[in-house]
Amino acid sequence: MDLFEYQARDIFEKHGVPVLGGVVATTPAEARAGAEQLLGGEPGVVVVKAQVKVGGRGKAGGVKLATSAADAEAKASEILGMDIKGHTVHRVMIAAGAKIAKEYYFSVLLDRAERRCLAMASVEGGMEIEQLAVERPDALAKVAVDPLVGIDQVKADEIVAAAGFDADVAPKVAVVLQRLWDVYKSEDATLVEVNPLVLTEAGDIVALDGKVTLDENAGFRHPDHAELDDAAAADPLEARAKENSLNYVKLDGSVGIIGNGAGLVMSTLDVVAYAGEAHGGVRPANFLDIGGGASAEVMAAGLDIILSDPQVRSVFVNVFGGITACDAVANGIVAALEILGDHATKPLVVRLDGNNVVEGRRILADAAHPLVTLADTMDGGADKAAELANA
Amino acid sequence: MAIFLTESSKVIVQGMTGSEGQKHTARMLASGTQVVGGVNPRKAGTSVDFPAHDGGTVAVPVFGTVTQAIAATGADVSVIFVPPAHTKAAVIEAVDAGIPLAVIITEGVPVADTAEFFTYARAKGTRLIGPNCPGLISPGKSNVGIIPADITGPGRIGLVSKSGTLTYQMMYELRDLGFSTAIGIGGDPIIGTTHIDALEAFEADPETEVIVLIGEIGGDAEERAAAYIQAHVTKPVVGYVAGFTAPEGKTMGHAGAIVSGSAGTAQAKKEALQAAGVKVGKTPSETAAIARALLS
Repeated sequence: MDLFEYQARDIFEKHGVPVLGGVVATTPAEARAGAEQLLGGEPGVVVVKAQVKVGGRGKAGGVKLATSAADAEAKASEILGMDIKGHTVHRVMIAAGAKIAKEYYFSVLLDRAERRCLAMASVEGGMEIEQLAVERPDALAKVAVDPLVGIDQVKADEIVAAAGFDADVAPKVAVVLQRLWDVYKSEDATLVEVNPLVLTEAGDIVALDGKVTLDENAGFRHPDHAELDDAAAADPLEARAKENSLNYVKLDGSVGIIGNGAGLVMSTLDVVAYAGEAHGGVRPANFLDIGGGASAEVMAAGLDIILSDPQVRSVFVNVFGGITACDAVANGIVAALEILGDHATKPLVVRLDGNNVVEGRRILADAAHPLVTLADTMDGGADKAAELANA
Repeated sequence: MAIFLTESSKVIVQGMTGSEGQKHTARMLASGTQVVGGVNPRKAGTSVDFPAHDGGTVAVPVFGTVTQAIAATGADVSVIFVPPAHTKAAVIEAVDAGIPLAVIITEGVPVADTAEFFTYARAKGTRLIGPNCPGLISPGKSNVGIIPADITGPGRIGLVSKSGTLTYQMMYELRDLGFSTAIGIGGDPIIGTTHIDALEAFEADPETEVIVLIGEIGGDAEERAAAYIQAHVTKPVVGYVAGFTAPEGKTMGHAGAIVSGSAGTAQAKKEALQAAGVKVGKTPSETAAIARALLS
C-alpha cells in the first residue's frame, strides 16, 4: 500500500524524523485555515502540494507557492480537482515554507533480487531518482543493508561516506538515516524514500517530501495501518471484493474471469486475450482468484461481483482441481447460480480439470443450466468465452 | 535422483496439529512420503493417527522442538504450516536445529520477516523453499507440501514455477510423460529458493532431461534465470510467463506479482528467456507441446 505524502509526513514525525509543519485540506477553505495555522498571523510563505500517489506532480503544476493564507486558498482551488497523470487531486497538503540551502536524496527499500535491503543516497537531490540513476549513476550511492542489522550508526556512517556528504552535515544526516530505518523497520515498510532531504539555511536536516510503501502482509501487527487505506479511491467493484476477502482486480475488457490460484488466473487472462484476437479483440474484464477452496458461497460472491460489472458480456470459470475436488467446485457453481437467480444473466463457460473432474462435469451436465457451457480445455474455454463476449 | 527431495527424505511437519497441517500430512503420507514427526511444544509426547497405506493407521509422534524431532527421527526436511505471525519463529527454530531443508507453505508472511529468516538461514546453511509456495514433489518418491500427488508420475521433466496451480496445470498437460521433480518456489517478493537454484539442481540431476520454467510478472527473477541458462545450462529449457494482460501497479494475487513502471513485465521476461535460447510458449498448452517435442 502506497501512502500519500501527508501520511508519510505524519509517520516520519512519529518516529522522530525532522519534518516541517503540514496540514491536509480537501477544500480551499480548509487550505486557508491550514495556512493561517502554519503562519500564525505572521507574514510568510507556505507551499500548497497536491496529494497524489504518482511522481512528477511538480512539473504538472501540482505544487505552488502561496504568499498568504488567502493566496493558499486560491492556489488550493487551482490544484484541487486537477488531473495528474490520471490521478484526480482530492487533497492538498499545506506545508510550511523552508529556506533550502541544499537538496539530497535518500531511500531504503526491499531489494528483491539480492533478498536483503538496499539504501540509496545522493547529495544531488531534487530530480527524479530514475533520471539521476541514468544520467549520473556515480552520484547515487547504493549500499546493501543486512535485514538482521538494519541501519545502525556504523551503516549510517558508511552510507553518508559513500554518498559524499560534506563533513559538517554528515553526522546530522547519519542520525536522520537511522530514524528513517526505524520508520522502515517498525512500520513494516518496503520503501521509504525522501526526495528531497534538505539542508536548511539554518543548518537543519529536514525531510521535505516522503514516499512510503507499507507491506499489507504485515497488517496483522499494525491495526493502525487500516485507516491509511484510501478506500474512496478504489474501484467500487474492487472495494466490494475486498470486503468479501476476494482477490479481484478490475480491468477494462468484457470477458469476466474466475479461477483458482494467482498464476493460473493470470495465465487465463492472457489466454483469453489471445483467443479474443479472433473474436473482435475482446479482452479479459478482471482478475479474480477464488483460492484453493472454491465453496458455493465464495463462488456466488465472486460471480455476483463479476456480473455487477456492466462491461462483462460472458464469464469464463477456469478451475484446476488440485486440493479442491472438481465436484465441489461444480456444486459451488450450481448453488451460486441458484443464489444469484435472476441476477445471473450472462453466459458462463466452465472448464474443470484435475481432482474428480468426471464427477464435476457430470454435475454441471445434469444441472443443464441454460447459461452454462462446458469446455474440455483451457484454450477451448477461453475461445468459447471470447466468442460469446463478441456475439 | 530428483532434486532436493528423494525417497529417503525424512520429513517433519511444523504445524502438524493445526487443520491445514493435519489435512496435508495425511495427503503426504498417502503419497508415500516418510513423515516421521510433528512439532508442537504444547502437545509434545502425544501422537496423531493418520490412515496408512494398508488401510490401518499410522501414529505420527509429536515432539516439543525441532531439535528433539531430529534427534529422535533423523529428519532432514521440515515443512512449515504455521500461521504468518509465527512463521519467522518456526523457520528460525528449524534453522537453529540444523535442518538442511525447510519448506514454507504459509501465505501472507510479512516480507521483512522473510528477509530476516532468509538471511539467517543462508548464513547457517539451511535451504529454504517458499514462503507462499505449494512445496515440491518427486513423483513416486516423496511429496512435501500441498501439490496433488495423483496428477502424474515419475518421468524426465523437471519443473520450476512461481505458481501452484500453474504447476498443477503443467503437470496435468504432461501427465503421460511424468516428472523428475516439480517445485513450486512461491510468489512472494523474497523466496528462499529461486529459479536459478532449481535450474542448477536440474542441470546436475541425471534423471532430468528437459526443464520447464514457469514465471510471472514482478521482479527480475526470470531475467536472471535467463542469464544463468545462457551461461550454465546445457539441457533444453522451455519457458512460460504469466501476466501479459496485467496492468501496471496492481498486485495480481501473489504479493510479488506486480509490474512497477516498466519493470517486471511479462514481455521483458519472455524476451530475456528467448534471447537465452529458451523456447517460450504463448499458453500453458503450447508450452507443454514444446516440452513434449523436446523429450521425444
